[in-house]
Amino acid sequence: MIPFDFEYYRPDTAEEAVSVFAELEAEGKEPVYYGGGSELISMARVGSRSFGAVIDLKNISECKAMEDRGNGFYLGAGLTLSDLVEWNGFPLLSKTAGRIADHTMQCKITLGGNLAATIIYRETALPLLLSDAKLTFAGADGFKEYDMDTVFRERLLLPRGEFLAGVMLDKGFFSLPYFHEKKTKNEKIDYPLITAEGLKKAGVLRIAFSGLAAYPFRDDKVEKTLNASYLSPERKADKVVKHLSSVIQSDLSGSAEYRKFVLKETILNILDTMKGV
Amino acid sequence: MYSLKEKSVIQLNINGEIRDVVLSPSDILMETLRGQLGLTGVKPGCENGDCGACTVLVDGWPVKSCLMLTVEAIGKQITTVEGLKNAPIQKAFIEKFGFQCGYCTSGFLMACHALATIHPDPPDILIDDWLQSNICRCTSYEEIGNAIRAVLSGEIS
Repeated sequence: MIPFDFEYYRPDTAEEAVSVFAELEAEGKEPVYYGGGSELISMARVGSRSFGAVIDLKNISECKAMEDRGNGFYLGAGLTLSDLVEWNGFPLLSKTAGRIADHTMQCKITLGGNLAATIIYRETALPLLLSDAKLTFAGADGFKEYDMDTVFRERLLLPRGEFLAGVMLDKGFFSLPYFHEKKTKNEKIDYPLITAEGLKKAGVLRIAFSGLAAYPFRDDKVEKTLNASYLSPERKADKVVKHLSSVIQSDLSGSAEYRKFVLKETILNILDTMKGV
Repeated sequence: MYSLKEKSVIQLNINGEIRDVVLSPSDILMETLRGQLGLTGVKPGCENGDCGACTVLVDGWPVKSCLMLTVEAIGKQITTVEGLKNAPIQKAFIEKFGFQCGYCTSGFLMACHALATIHPDPPDILIDDWLQSNICRCTSYEEIGNAIRAVLSGEIS
């Protein structure tokens, strides 16, 4: 049971959504955009989040679209993780979506909801960071497209009142060799101790992490180290661990020292797996 | 644009029937199904999306009804265990001893039924992926696996 009342709106267009958000905001109703809703419901139920109105984005065509647009492949932010798994057009993204929560929750969690979540893992950001995705925001001035790395820095930088409508993917990344390693403390279905994933483009390895720090990230210095031909795999792994040691977190899943140990083994494994591709 | 601002009577499609419910925007689907419609096969468990006991089908896909607003169900087809009506998976659970205390059974049935419908010839890894959404504290996992495989293989139809 959610211990407070709120109003529910399900707009049919992005313009309606942005407009009703502004009206509700002006009325002091603290509106929130609503995707799959699992995080908002969970937080509302335990009293850690309150709002006066929810604006459900799932009926907006731009949020539901999944289509080849010639210059790229567009995925609406309202698609569920299960939609992405079943699609499997970009295997790294589908693999990532299929390892978030459990299958039934994947039928509810949306791509946009995962990217904009308050939970620190936000693992769908990893394949988007790695593939130079573009994000489409909807706001009072219509739709605007941004490079992923300019509007996702540790978290999604959405201006108040705007929402994520979808992502545009470069199809050139879909068939590249990739790796995905999600390590959890105990059960397969859990938050990541470390999720490391990446791909190889034109012989250059790209890598991104979740669970390692308090936010998902990709790091230039890590990638330069991993691609340095003069370093041995052991030396590369040591340098990466040392470089990231200031951001590696300690929590109930594992201490920072344990994460460093797992990170080193993970990197060695990735380097071995990817050396021949 | 559809909106619901206060408690109102609305219609839901539940198990193939149109049912009236009195609904507030903040109502949770699991509570509406149990409290207003008497569909107590929808089991409250963790009420946090972890256990799967409250699983129902929304347009054929399994969803944990403890994490869905009832208002989201407007215009969708909701199926609870009461709506399965002697589906093969129910017979398979009996013949393969797929339960002990039975509390998790309806949630497992819904996940298994959806899997058999959407992916009638799934690889083993897909079966594992789907069934890991539900928890059985009596640990009948082996028997539940046998039950879904009996349906998928056509042994039980």
